[in-house]
Amino acid sequence: MSSEAPLKRRPRKAFDWSSAALAVAVFVSAAVVYRRDGQARFLEIFFSDVELFIDILPKVLAACLIAAFVAVLMPRDVVLRWVGAESGFLGIVIATLAGVICPGGPITIFPIAAAFVSIGADTGAAIAFITSWTLLGYARVLVWELPFFGGEFVVWRIIISIPLPIVAGFLARALMVYINRRRKAE
Amino acid sequence: MIFFVDGLLWVIALALGVIAASRSRALALASIREGVSDCIKLLPRIFLGVVGSGYIAAILPAEVVGRWLGADSGFIGLCIAVIGGVITPGGPVIGFSIGAAALKGGAGTPQVIAYTIAWALFAVQRLFIWEIPVMPPRLVWLRVMASLPLPFLVAAAAMLFGRP
Repeated sequence: MSSEAPLKRRPRKAFDWSSAALAVAVFVSAAVVYRRDGQARFLEIFFSDVELFIDILPKVLAACLIAAFVAVLMPRDVVLRWVGAESGFLGIVIATLAGVICPGGPITIFPIAAAFVSIGADTGAAIAFITSWTLLGYARVLVWELPFFGGEFVVWRIIISIPLPIVAGFLARALMVYINRRRKAE
Repeated sequence: MIFFVDGLLWVIALALGVIAASRSRALALASIREGVSDCIKLLPRIFLGVVGSGYIAAILPAEVVGRWLGADSGFIGLCIAVIGGVITPGGPVIGFSIGAAALKGGAGTPQVIAYTIAWALFAVQRLFIWEIPVMPPRLVWLRVMASLPLPFLVAAAAMLFGRP
């Protein structure tokens, strides 16, 4: 695992084939809604989603700034020691806790995780971090999940989910070992 | 609540910015420029993802989903729940609202939990719109592979411990 070279940050393109595929799906769905439900419903969806988009904008900007600062400020040796390839079980647990306390939405978590990986964090730890944020992050639970499902369901789901980031982190490490071994064998 | 989360994000960004500026003004400015340009490059995708997912959700038949995920649908119901979560568009609300509707429509709790977890972990549209452009692709595919068993593990645990 220590042979893992740190991953470089990729330059981002504004638009590519995956966006194009989604654009087609969106246009087809929008056309179906327009024909089936009429113009009023079409506009209702449009305006409520635009509102959501405007709501998300400042979060995206804050996250991109945090990611850019983390990439230059975080001392590499600290990252390597706590969540690097040799960090073992503790590294995955630390990454899991970081995911629980990290604020923001999915768009914010991915650039931050990528920034940490580019400065030496272990892939397994990064995956535990993302999984933990996704399943245990308080922001999403309080703002979105609780109003829909109610307390009992949410508490129960969270208790069951607690071990999952650690499972995902170790599975990712095992997969990496397996892939590296196969690559060496070839 | 949402203001608190937004605020905290900006507090962290500002604190990091101050630390960067105290080390070197040029370093801080270069980081801000990079962060802003990343954000601008992400905007068209996010617009498409957020504004578009409402239309995709509107053409998904919610009652049918509830019937497929019934309490006695067993392992096949679970698989349908996971696949359903994967193809449900991303965005903060859709998976939860469909899951809640399915629960009211008679779906089993383990199935709905598997559905929301699969949706949270690997909604395909979010994967392409946000994750792949922002993270190294290898990291993304490793993450998806390592997370595949999780909805099933959760559903198994939910069945073991019984309904809340």
